[in-house]
Amino acid sequence: MTQPAPVTTAEPPAGTSGDRPPLGLRADVRNLSLLGVLAVLIAVGGITRPDQFLDTSNLQLVLTQASVIGVVTVGMTFVITSGGIDLSVGAIVALASVWATTVATQEYGFAGILFTAVVVGLGCGLVNGVLIAYGGMVPFIATLAMLASARGLALQITEGRTQIVTVQSVLDLGVPDAYVLGVPPLVLVFAAVTVVGWLLLNRTTFGRRTVAVGGNAEAARLAGIDVRRQRLYLYLLSGLCCGIAAFLLIVLAGSGQNTNGNLYELDAIAAAIIGGTLLSGGRGTIVGSVLGVLVFTTITNIFALNNLQSDVQQIAKGAIIVAAVLVQRRTARGTGEA
Amino acid sequence: MPRTSRRNLLFGTAAVSAGALLTACTSNEPRNAAPGTDDAVGNAPADDKPGAPVTIGFAGPQADHGWLNAINENAKRRAEKYSEVTLEITEGSNDTAAQIGQIQTLINKKVDVLVILPADGKALTQVGLQAMKAGIPVINLDRVFASPQAYRCWIGGDNYGMGLNAGRYIGEQLKDKPGAKVVELAGLDNLELTKQRTQGFDDALKNYPNITKVARQAAEFTVESGQAKMAQLLQAQQRFDALWNHDDDQGVGALRAIQQAGRDDFLMVGGAGAKSAMDAIKAGDGVLKATVLYPPTMAASAIDLARALGQKKGVGGMSELEIPASITLYSAVVTKENVDEYLPTGFN
Repeated sequence: MTQPAPVTTAEPPAGTSGDRPPLGLRADVRNLSLLGVLAVLIAVGGITRPDQFLDTSNLQLVLTQASVIGVVTVGMTFVITSGGIDLSVGAIVALASVWATTVATQEYGFAGILFTAVVVGLGCGLVNGVLIAYGGMVPFIATLAMLASARGLALQITEGRTQIVTVQSVLDLGVPDAYVLGVPPLVLVFAAVTVVGWLLLNRTTFGRRTVAVGGNAEAARLAGIDVRRQRLYLYLLSGLCCGIAAFLLIVLAGSGQNTNGNLYELDAIAAAIIGGTLLSGGRGTIVGSVLGVLVFTTITNIFALNNLQSDVQQIAKGAIIVAAVLVQRRTARGTGEA
Repeated sequence: MPRTSRRNLLFGTAAVSAGALLTACTSNEPRNAAPGTDDAVGNAPADDKPGAPVTIGFAGPQADHGWLNAINENAKRRAEKYSEVTLEITEGSNDTAAQIGQIQTLINKKVDVLVILPADGKALTQVGLQAMKAGIPVINLDRVFASPQAYRCWIGGDNYGMGLNAGRYIGEQLKDKPGAKVVELAGLDNLELTKQRTQGFDDALKNYPNITKVARQAAEFTVESGQAKMAQLLQAQQRFDALWNHDDDQGVGALRAIQQAGRDDFLMVGGAGAKSAMDAIKAGDGVLKATVLYPPTMAASAIDLARALGQKKGVGGMSELEIPASITLYSAVVTKENVDEYLPTGFN
């Protein structure tokens, strides 16, 4: 927080001059001290459990477990890059997953579940977006309200019950038979969302507008960007990601429960921040966010393989967040950024 | 709600159909409505004849979990059975301060008896004392208050016994197997009851020197955490003989992870007594062979006790003139042999 946010805007706000970085990945790679962290973790995993850690089935597991929160984090990265925050992602995942797994919804099969999950996600995103962009509410407050009401509605729909999925085509998507060349379908969806997210942020007007709004909203407005509409789209995008994530979670866990997506908001924010996205807005990196998610998932995996308890895992998670952000600030200064 | 009309709506315009589907999707009524938590206890209470009118105040935590929801339903259904009983039920809350406020409201309403299932027994001890001082006897349900002065009667499950019976069952299954390995998927580690369940399990295993517990991971009583932690456990332990899972709700996720890993080389014992778990035990084609009960029917029994207390009666079948000071439920092991007997108590 020591540097003023606008300075970090790498590109001109309107971004019509085609002033792209020479290397597509340059902006992303710049802050990738996380790659080092990940490499260290992989070494630790390989040393402590040489029989298990680098096993194909374990790598599949790590990537699968990263998928749901990963998709949420991609959406979150856009929102934070624009200077906003979305605290409601976990609650939206919960609401979308329970709505999509009610007995009535399951009557419509695969399509009914997928459709409902995505529509509920988009609907919540729309409400967030309208409240923030046109209602003038602070993102923190608007999405906090959504967090409370979406969780409440999810609880009301389920009455605390676990809604087990009986649609076989949905369940089949989460078992090894469905793997494409050894890659679970969930991971493919995560990869696709990552690629689309990266292209959207780094290669489109939409992405440049997102960065511009986050860097300096007033300057962006003067440059001719419809800031309100841009914000509305961003919360819609986050809601859409939550809807997709909810569907992935349904496939993974085979059920919908009001406790789904618990604390996703904090995990997604943490992953985005240690990935190099500025909480004050104006800079965001999809690659960094995805690496952040992978770091957390890998830690959990290594700890479980070594039979360590959850309290130790939480402490380590906190330490990693602090270390990664400190290293990042140091490298940012060292390269004479901005 | 007629299903056909909903379906017809779906063939309207795109916008209408989207709306209709979403509306339809709020319905949670199973097609073949199973009795589920229907007044599960068949035994008649002490005395079914209507007596003096009793108003019972009921305060419980938020029913965000199948078992807690079953607790509420059991209490309500049992109260409805008695024409002279009025049930004043508060909105559930996991927030200590909020629950204290709700109980104080019930005290101010001057209910005759209070049934309290505290979100946190220790934290709510003071308000229990307050009620007792105000002359309202308290039935403490399940999570026990820190002081016996805060309640007239405690009724609840046996967490230590759950672990003990799960351990004994597994021990008997594996006693002839040299070098047997078991793993434990525990519940929320910051709850006292989780420690008790683990302690009981460990103590039971001490009777079987051929069995070693090779791993323990804590999940969070949710399907999502059950799936995630179990997937990790299965990866870490390529061979083991038995699994004890503390909770049937997280067990739904654990079973999913087991299915995804394609494993069937061990036996699994669950906990709590969810209907889905009992159905799986009855089907007998999966790894789940037994579940150890922690019956939500204790809520119905608490209403019976509260009514007896309000009418100054004892419990039928016992010589005492007063209701007992504490009742601990038995954690029965449900297996394929006796599942039909227990299925009516299974909760959704």
